[in-house]
Amino acid sequence: MKKNNLIAYLFIAPSLIIFLLFMWLPLIFTFFISFYDWKITGNPEFLGFKNYFQIFKDGLFFIALKNTLIYTLGVVPVGLLLSFFLAIILNKNLKGKIIFRSVYFFPAVVSYVVVSLAWQWMYGTDFGIINSLISMFSASPVNWLSNPKTAMLAIIIMSIWKNLGYNMVIFLAGLQGIPEFTYEAAKIDGVNSWQKLIKITLPLMKPTILFVVIIAMINSFKVFDQVFIMTGGGPGYSSMVLVHYIYRMAFQFSKMGYACAVGIIFFLIILIFTLFQFKFFKLEEIH
Amino acid sequence: MKKYIVNFIIYTFLIILAVIILFPFIWMLSTALKPAEELFSLPARIIPKHFAFENFKIAWSSAPFSRFFINSLIVALSATFITLIFSSLAGFAFAKYNFKGKEFLFICFLATLMIPFQVILIPNFIILAKLKPTCAEAFGIFLIRQYLYSIPNELMESARIDGCSELRIYWKIILPLMSPVLAVITIFSFMWRWNDFIWPLIVIDQEKMFTLQLGLARFKGEYFVEWSHIMAMGILSIIPILLIFIFCQKYFVQGISLTGSK
Repeated sequence: MKKNNLIAYLFIAPSLIIFLLFMWLPLIFTFFISFYDWKITGNPEFLGFKNYFQIFKDGLFFIALKNTLIYTLGVVPVGLLLSFFLAIILNKNLKGKIIFRSVYFFPAVVSYVVVSLAWQWMYGTDFGIINSLISMFSASPVNWLSNPKTAMLAIIIMSIWKNLGYNMVIFLAGLQGIPEFTYEAAKIDGVNSWQKLIKITLPLMKPTILFVVIIAMINSFKVFDQVFIMTGGGPGYSSMVLVHYIYRMAFQFSKMGYACAVGIIFFLIILIFTLFQFKFFKLEEIH
Repeated sequence: MKKYIVNFIIYTFLIILAVIILFPFIWMLSTALKPAEELFSLPARIIPKHFAFENFKIAWSSAPFSRFFINSLIVALSATFITLIFSSLAGFAFAKYNFKGKEFLFICFLATLMIPFQVILIPNFIILAKLKPTCAEAFGIFLIRQYLYSIPNELMESARIDGCSELRIYWKIILPLMSPVLAVITIFSFMWRWNDFIWPLIVIDQEKMFTLQLGLARFKGEYFVEWSHIMAMGILSIIPILLIFIFCQKYFVQGISLTGSK
């Protein structure tokens, strides 16, 4: 048995080394750098909590935080309601449901870079297809991405479109886990579809719904690619989000220490969400 | 009668939504096929008057895209391969062996799911610069561990009695048994690496190392003159993923259900 013990460690070792080297060590390192002033070149200078104080004095950080919250509030409720609704419909015995599912899921497998470019082209003010469609209804064209009032909205619409099918598939998995007999019993009792949804489906789907909500919130906090490509955070700072803020601080202004401090705050925010998730889904369930 | 009306409404809705969902891709293709003079003609047409298939060729040669394509393939395939080997070994050990510190080590892996990649971006950038730490995924280890729980231990026991070494058990018995779950990991891992943007954006500074996504994003303004060329290249970059999507669809759904329902 001792021998097997050793072999188990050997089997785990490659992954463990990678995880330590590329996940845990960098996290600790981020924490350390966050107390220093460091521009990659030159010696780091110890600042204590100065970077953190600086963050709370920086209006730009709060703009980025606010934009990230707006994005989350725009994407999560609307997107998830739509996905849930779709999952309910596609869980019925419909002809061709498999085809619809694949079609709705497809945007989720394409990279953000490509879909952002496509939407950027569609959002164009003068020749964009969206404005062409709008003008068919004789409404005035919208400067989607170049107006600070609509830039974030444009990104939100595109992101809802991209993630619709992905969330739908998770909901579908949850719906399929509801045993058929619960519905059959309801049928005998003469329950209508609306009551069925409220009284049976929703309560049984609660764990799945909570899971999807938290995952969707965490993911929307990490938003970056589409913002970077479609607006670059602009116009002005109207669509700048947290990760983009970190990116700018670290790689455009070389303020590594400061960026790491923002990174730690960002990590804490995500951690809170994740702990919520673990609280709801108890560690044992994963085991 | 009522059932027909309901079905009619449902199908109308589903079809309209399908058109909306697919429209950006249709429009990409339409744009990619338009000659320059039709790009900005109003009213916009979905089917171009003249097909400009040469757009694909022009787009492909307007930047070192063959190179970028190969780079992306190398990154995605090698990272996927390493992920498969490493996580199947670790997942196997966690599922089928008892050893000291097992719980603790597993939590160490599990907890990395909480670390957003964006947070460790900077140290990874500083320490590793050119190295590629794209194989660290707890997701695979999980799936494999879960999956192996359902496989009876007797199989391994009898192999041991026959004098089979542990590595041989892994290679000859466990690995083939894992193939469905390995398929899921392969597909997701490949897709993530192929589509990854922020990491290559930060680490890669030499043009000849660019991945396809980076090439597409960086050269939007520099290399391409026309939107039709950007869209043409966008479509070409989707093809590998599209093929996987078409042929391995059931694994996509399985993967999301497996990670999603827990």
